[in-house]
Amino acid sequence: MLRISNLSVSYASHRVLEDLNVSLKPGSFTALLGSNGTGKSTLLKAMAGLIPSKGSFYHSEHGKLAPQKRGDLVAYMPQDAGATSSLTVLEVILLGRLRSLGMRVPECLQIEASESLASFGLKSLENRTLDEISGGQRQLVYLAQSLFRNPSILLLDEPTAALDLRHQLLVLDRVANHCHRNDTVAMAAMHDISLAAKHADRLICLSQGNIVADGPPEDVLSEPLIRDLYGVEADIIKGSNGTLHITPLRAV
Amino acid sequence: MTIETSTYNEVITEPSAYAKMINRRLFWLFLSIGLLLTFTLTDILVGPAFLNVFDVLDALLMTRENTDPTVYVIVHSIRLPMTLMALIVGASLGIAGVQMQTILGNPLASPYTLGFSAAAGFGAALTILFGIQLPYLPEFTVPVAAFLMACLACGLVYGFAHLRGVTAEIMILAGIATLFLFQSLQSLVQYMASPEVLQEIVFWLFGSMLKATWFSVSVSAGILLIAVIILARNSWKLTALRLGDERARSLGVNVQHLRIKIFFVVSLLTAGAVAFVGTIGFIGLVAPHIARMLVGEDHRILMPLAGLMGALLMVGASIVSKLISPGYVVPIGIVTAVIGVPFLFSLILMRKKSHW
Repeated sequence: MLRISNLSVSYASHRVLEDLNVSLKPGSFTALLGSNGTGKSTLLKAMAGLIPSKGSFYHSEHGKLAPQKRGDLVAYMPQDAGATSSLTVLEVILLGRLRSLGMRVPECLQIEASESLASFGLKSLENRTLDEISGGQRQLVYLAQSLFRNPSILLLDEPTAALDLRHQLLVLDRVANHCHRNDTVAMAAMHDISLAAKHADRLICLSQGNIVADGPPEDVLSEPLIRDLYGVEADIIKGSNGTLHITPLRAV
Repeated sequence: MTIETSTYNEVITEPSAYAKMINRRLFWLFLSIGLLLTFTLTDILVGPAFLNVFDVLDALLMTRENTDPTVYVIVHSIRLPMTLMALIVGASLGIAGVQMQTILGNPLASPYTLGFSAAAGFGAALTILFGIQLPYLPEFTVPVAAFLMACLACGLVYGFAHLRGVTAEIMILAGIATLFLFQSLQSLVQYMASPEVLQEIVFWLFGSMLKATWFSVSVSAGILLIAVIILARNSWKLTALRLGDERARSLGVNVQHLRIKIFFVVSLLTAGAVAFVGTIGFIGLVAPHIARMLVGEDHRILMPLAGLMGALLMVGASIVSKLISPGYVVPIGIVTAVIGVPFLFSLILMRKKSHW
C-alpha cells in the first residue's frame, strides 16, 4: 500500500495541489483524470520526488519514502516523447537499470533488455538510434524502459498520447497486466476517458488541485461529472461486456 | 474485449546484437590507439633540428652512453616533452569538450564556452604585462597565474549557477558572460602593453608546445588521470543525461550534483591543459563530434575515444606545424583548426544520419 498524506505543491505563489490524501493498493492500476492544468502531471512528479512538495509518502513495504529514496522504487515516464539523441533503443532500455550497469554489461541483462523490447514488438529497432524512430515508437521504448525497471511504483504521464489506436489498447493492457502480476502500484494521467474506464481499476478525478471523484470507473463516471471536469456534454453508454463508452457531444 | 499481451511477443534469435555493436565501437577505439602510436612516433621523429631518423630512434631506445649526446638531449629534453604534452593536452581538451557538451546539452559547447580558456589567457597576459615573478620558481609564474584565473572563471560561473539554479541554460549564460568579460580584460591588457610585451602575450595566446617541460607534462598527465577516473565512474549517469534532465532524474540520477561535479572536473582539465601551453582552440569542440559520429553516446567508449581523437588531432597538428616551414615550428594553436575543419567536414558529409 502507498499512502500519500497532506500532499501540497506550489509553483512560486500559485498552489497547484492542495492537501491531497490518497492510498493506492499494490497490483492496482489507477487512471488520473482532469482537464489541462489541474495538477495531474504535478501529482505524478511530486510522487516521483522530482519536484519539491509538502506532505508524506509511506509505502507498507519500504516505509517512509524520502524524495531521494524514491528513485530506486519509482519508474516515472514523462509526458513528451523525449529528446532525440544518438543513443540506441537497447541502450535506452539498459539505462532503466542504471544501478546494475558497470564497465561491462552482464549478458543476462542484455538478453533481458532485448526480451523487454521484444515484448513491445520493438526487437527490430534495438540497434536503431532514438533520432531514427518515430515519436510513437519512442514512447513505446520509454514505456518498455519503465517496465524493465520492474518498479514498485509505476507513474505514467499520458502514456498513450503519441500512439495509434492499436498500440493504445495493447500498451494499456500490458501496463494493467504488469501491475496485476507484479503487485505494482500504477498510476497514469490520461485524457481518453473511455480508455481509462476500460483498463483502470480506479479513477481519480482532479479539479483545481483537489480530488473531486475517486473510485471504480462504473461508480465514478457520470455525465454531470464529465460536464464539471471538462466543460463538455457527453453520452455514457454501457456496452454488453460492461465496458463504459464515453462519447463527447459538445463543449459547454 | 481483452487483447492478450502475447500479441507483442517475438522470438529472440540473436541476443548478441548488442555485443556486436560494442565490438564495432571497440574497433574504432583500438584503431585510434594504433593511429595515435604512429602519429606520436612520427612527431618525435620530425623537428626543426633535421636529425637523422635512426639517430632519433637510437636516442629513444638506447641508453645515454650509446647515443649521440646532442641527439639524446634534443629528443629527451625537447621532442619527447613536446609530443607528450601535445598528446595530453589534446586528450584533456577532447574529454573536457565531450563532457561539456553532455552536461550543457549543447553541441556547440567546448572548454572555450564557459570562458576558462579566456580567463587563463588573461591570467597569463597580466603576469607578462607586469613582469610578475614567483619567488624561487619564476618559470612557473605564467602557468600558475593562468591556472588560477581559469579556476576563478569556474568559481564565477558556479557562483552564478548556485544562485539561480544549476541548469544547462543558466550555466551557458553565465559562462558566455564570463567568456566576454575575460576576453575584454585580455584585450585591455594587450592594449596597455608595449610592442615587445604584446608580442610575448600574443605568442602565449597562440598556444605552443615549445613551452612544454617534463614538469608540465607530469602535472597535466596527473590531472588527466584523476579526471578520467572520476569520469569513468560516472559514465552511465552521463550517458543517461543525454535523455534530458527529467528522464535522467527519473532514472535516479542526481542531475544537479552530477552537473556540478563534472563541471569542476572539466574546469580542472581545461585549466591543466591550457595553463602550460596557451589557449588551443577547436580541439575541444571537434574531437567530441568525431568520436560521437563513430561510436554514439555510450560514455564508456565515447569519453576515451573523444580523448584519443583530441590527442590525434593535436599530435597531427604538431607534425604539420613542424613541416609547414622546415627549420621552424609554427605555433600549434594556429594549425589545429586548419587540420580539424576538413576532417570534420568530410565526416559530416560522409555520414548520412545525424549524431547529436
